[in-house]
Amino acid sequence: MLNRTAENVARATPEQLARKVRGVSDRGLAWLFISPTILLLLAINIFPLFWAIYLSFTNYRANRPNEVVKNLGFANYQRILGDQDVWIAMQTTAHFVFWTILLQTLIGFTLAWLIDRKFRGHAFWTTLILVPMMLSPAVVGNFWRFLYEPQIGLFSYVISFVSGIPPTSIQMLSNVSLAPWSIIIVDTWMWTPYVMLICLAGLRSIPEYIYEAAEVDRASNWRQFWSITLPMALPFIMLAVLFRGIENFKMFDMVNLLTGGGPGSTTEVASITLKRQAFESWRTGYSSAFAIILFVAVFGLANIYVKALNKVKQR
Amino acid sequence: MSLTTAHSVVAPSANSKRIAGAIIIAYALISIVPLLWIFATSFKTPPDSIAYPPKLLFQPSLEGYCNLFTTRTRQTPEYINSLGPATGFCDETTRKRNMVIAGPSNFLPRFVNSLIIAFGSTFCAVFLGTLSAYGFSRFKVPLADDLLFFILSTRFMPPIAVAIPIYLMYRELGLSDTALGMILLYTAVNVSLAVWLLKGFIDEIPREYEEAAMIDGYTRLQAFWRTVLPQATTGIAATAIFCLIFAWNEYAFAALLTSGTAQTAPPFIPTIIGEGGQDWPAVAAGTTIFLVPILVFTILLRKQLLRGITFGAVRK
Repeated sequence: MLNRTAENVARATPEQLARKVRGVSDRGLAWLFISPTILLLLAINIFPLFWAIYLSFTNYRANRPNEVVKNLGFANYQRILGDQDVWIAMQTTAHFVFWTILLQTLIGFTLAWLIDRKFRGHAFWTTLILVPMMLSPAVVGNFWRFLYEPQIGLFSYVISFVSGIPPTSIQMLSNVSLAPWSIIIVDTWMWTPYVMLICLAGLRSIPEYIYEAAEVDRASNWRQFWSITLPMALPFIMLAVLFRGIENFKMFDMVNLLTGGGPGSTTEVASITLKRQAFESWRTGYSSAFAIILFVAVFGLANIYVKALNKVKQR
Repeated sequence: MSLTTAHSVVAPSANSKRIAGAIIIAYALISIVPLLWIFATSFKTPPDSIAYPPKLLFQPSLEGYCNLFTTRTRQTPEYINSLGPATGFCDETTRKRNMVIAGPSNFLPRFVNSLIIAFGSTFCAVFLGTLSAYGFSRFKVPLADDLLFFILSTRFMPPIAVAIPIYLMYRELGLSDTALGMILLYTAVNVSLAVWLLKGFIDEIPREYEEAAMIDGYTRLQAFWRTVLPQATTGIAATAIFCLIFAWNEYAFAALLTSGTAQTAPPFIPTIIGEGGQDWPAVAAGTTIFLVPILVFTILLRKQLLRGITFGAVRK
């Protein structure tokens, strides 16, 4: 039946076109299917990357396109690696990545571990917890600025209500030592559900019979947690840390909207430095070199980490 | 305590379930407070929104929404009254409350930009992604693993790092601050996710379906169209929503590469200014309107969520 239909279709199609369509080999079709994606990525990702590499060796300034471009060799790279501000920005970034990952992993894993008990209504509450991570970091970050306002914000009100400190002295965004934490708090609020979800998948992947065997051996709950739950869920936790690490290394939207890098440069992470150099000081060549260094750093760290992850998985 | 005959040694006790439930519910409620606060603020008047202590009970008002959409420039109350009869709901509300409107709002055009760019790039990314995913899933592509890793690695780059050369490239090509430029860019960013996710979905469809179709005389292309595509609809829909959410929420590229005509809502909403500072009810109204579609999608996507956020690396 189908056969006949196909034959009729083939007969109805003009000879040449039919041969053309039927004539495409599997290999040709594969390339036909894959090449548009590859071409697009070459045009919008790889070509700009090579352009950035070229620019990183020059003193080009995007706001003065008519100026003669000089080749500087490795001067930009040398300057960046010797620049105190760049190292401070890298330290700030590392500080953020460390604390956000630590908090998100601890809280996220604990939540997943509790949800795994499948109490009544857990599906609903899990979905509710997942909501913050689906929102736009920029839009939400902007609103947190309002919550943080010392005189009118809900956050300062709640803190002062609980602690008794007058709300005017809770300057989350303009106090040098509190500003980094204001960002860490929002990032943790937003992305803990992400870690929780991956940990939950990890916990659900542990087969029940292992616990049954442990129970037969009269292993304590504590012992079961340390020798079964944690090691079995570890690859998943590490995967969550990898994804969050890459994302937080690139962190831009939240910082830009909450503090813009201030006060002073206390929250100036690498992305913010990069934006200032590229789109405010217009040092295109210099910032391209910085961008390349960052890219190589993310790529290198991610690769080392993935190797470690694979080792854990194979155990 | 009730006595049951079927007793699992592993299942958590009722008590531990209750404690776990209580902690989770407490966490969920606390974490949702900022969102409820945004929602509540969007219905406050500007003075109510900055009252201290923060007002939990207030007279709801639509001022925020009116200020968000108004196209009138900043006016004195006298001027407003000198205008002809009120046209439309917003106008009426403003007159009744004797409000001063600050600045013509660009929210609607920016919101429309968001819609065009998000849906346009999603369509392109899913279209290209489906073709590539099928290619990778069904054919022997030389260096397939390397190509797939290459596609994934485009996501490692900090957006700001690529933004500089893209900014220059777009300036040369006349694509800067255009919807087309943003669609191309978001397509390129999203296609990596689309390929990885869809490859997972298509891998799960048995090859036998196409083989049977081809024995029946279909060509490869027809077999793909008639058997694989219908089977993959759920996967394609889920992928589309993930791409949509990304393009909808994206801020860094939008903030750096668009300044006017093609600006999307995320960089715009923070710039809504009212009388002396940010007009928080209007900002909250914009935020609320902007968040609603995502909330709906989150609920629809619950089951595929994990796959989508991990590039299909983890399946539930």
